[in-house]
Amino acid sequence: MADLVAERPRVTPRAASAPADNPILKIEAVNKRFVTAGGEIDALRAVNLEIGRREFVCLIGASGCGKSTLLRMIAGFETSSDGEVLMNGNRVVGPGPDRGMVFQDYGLFPWLTVRRNIGFGPAARGVKRAEVDRIVARFIAMIGLDRFADAYPHQLSGGMKQRVAIARVLANDAVVILMDEPFGALDAMTRERLQSELLTIWEATGLTVLFVTHAIEEAILLADRVIVMSPGPGRITADIAIDLPRPRDVVSAEFNEKRAHVAGLLQGSH
Amino acid sequence: MTAMIQRWLAPSRLLPVIFPAALLFLWWLATHNHPDGLIPPPDLIVRELADTAGLTGDHDEFSGSLWSNLLASASRVFGGFLLSAALALPLGLLIGQLQIVRRMLDSMFQVLRPIPVTAWQPLFLILFGLGSRSATMLVALGCFYPILLNTIFGVRSVEPRLFEAAAMLGISRAALFPKVVLPSASPGIFTGLRLGLGFAWVVIVVGEISGVRVGLGAMIENAREVSRTDVVIAGMIVIGLAGYLSDQAIRALSRRVLRWSPQHG
Repeated sequence: MADLVAERPRVTPRAASAPADNPILKIEAVNKRFVTAGGEIDALRAVNLEIGRREFVCLIGASGCGKSTLLRMIAGFETSSDGEVLMNGNRVVGPGPDRGMVFQDYGLFPWLTVRRNIGFGPAARGVKRAEVDRIVARFIAMIGLDRFADAYPHQLSGGMKQRVAIARVLANDAVVILMDEPFGALDAMTRERLQSELLTIWEATGLTVLFVTHAIEEAILLADRVIVMSPGPGRITADIAIDLPRPRDVVSAEFNEKRAHVAGLLQGSH
Repeated sequence: MTAMIQRWLAPSRLLPVIFPAALLFLWWLATHNHPDGLIPPPDLIVRELADTAGLTGDHDEFSGSLWSNLLASASRVFGGFLLSAALALPLGLLIGQLQIVRRMLDSMFQVLRPIPVTAWQPLFLILFGLGSRSATMLVALGCFYPILLNTIFGVRSVEPRLFEAAAMLGISRAALFPKVVLPSASPGIFTGLRLGLGFAWVVIVVGEISGVRVGLGAMIENAREVSRTDVVIAGMIVIGLAGYLSDQAIRALSRRVLRWSPQHG
């Protein structure tokens, strides 16, 4: 991690919560309907959202609220029924390296070593071999997996796999990183470590992070803004600024106040 | 020294030997008093094996014939296997990847597949003549469906998540096949090759029973005609060993290629 901090200027955290003047992501009047055997389902209805550059935003809500659908739409894996998703003012029409996705189940290529998983994106986009090696070496050092550089994914723990999954989107010059319950499958101690590592990376790189979770504490620990979503139809019901200084103390009164606030909103939304 | 003996006599080493050893003993018990009975005793078979391998001073029509027969069979087995793989692999990749090819060929193969090689044999004898070529083609046919079907299965069972991961990393459509589909399908492909080669050793005997003069199948058939049961059984043992060794070879290869896979590496 030290490597990265040294190479890139540290980002001054933006004033949290105020919608950015020049949003990197803009979701405009998006509807998403799925046709199922039982009829049409409103997965998302009238969703509007702006994400500012370098913001850390958590999407939280009960299952069926459309938070993952919204994330996958931004990634370009799903299309909207109405409305638009704009990235830097351009319409999103499909997946692309500017929006790196981190899946809960990692999605690493099992036949590639850690090194080559991280180098996959740059290599696929035609970056020269020597340059790929240089990029890979830097990100392997960043996630502290030097000793496992030539290991295959099945030889890694869940936490290591998720570090590799994060490193490969960073190595691919992602501007926005989309995370779909990335730490949901990890044990509590590994989760805490990865949360703090993610914050360090975010602060050091100036990335924009959109993070889906169903854990209130995780959302408040990480985010500048917590977007609360509700099911039936899937929609945004609250947009809460978390203006606590980092590192955040999960047992402080202010933290608990925010937690109770979000919990109340989630309860009321059913 | 004692440590070495102890290691050799460790229960885990002995476990796979106990059952066949007991069977051999029963066989010997039932036959050793009737060396000219319907089934010869096992020690006679071992002697005959050595004789066909040219290791004894005996001189009958089978003495020393093992190696040429084994070589003939092995070349047909591997020839047919390679021919089959050369056809079934690309075809399986195409059928697995392209829906139009799948719709064009799938039902045809569904109908052709249940026809056993024994039913094809007469037609092959007419088509390719009485002899080595028919046997090789029969082997190729026997390997074909296991390789084809497992290749198709491999291609069709790529984790959808990996397509998403590759897409968000910016891979081109053209690179998707070599970079994602092919490596994902490789365990299925190896399963098909392994099954195919196994079938090849089954089919070769069928192929060699009529129309060829050299080959393990021919050796068994010739021995049966002159009631040399010892040679028949010796031939069976050689086929078993040859099949086992070629399976070990392909397994070693797949362990190398698939060392990334927890099921193979």
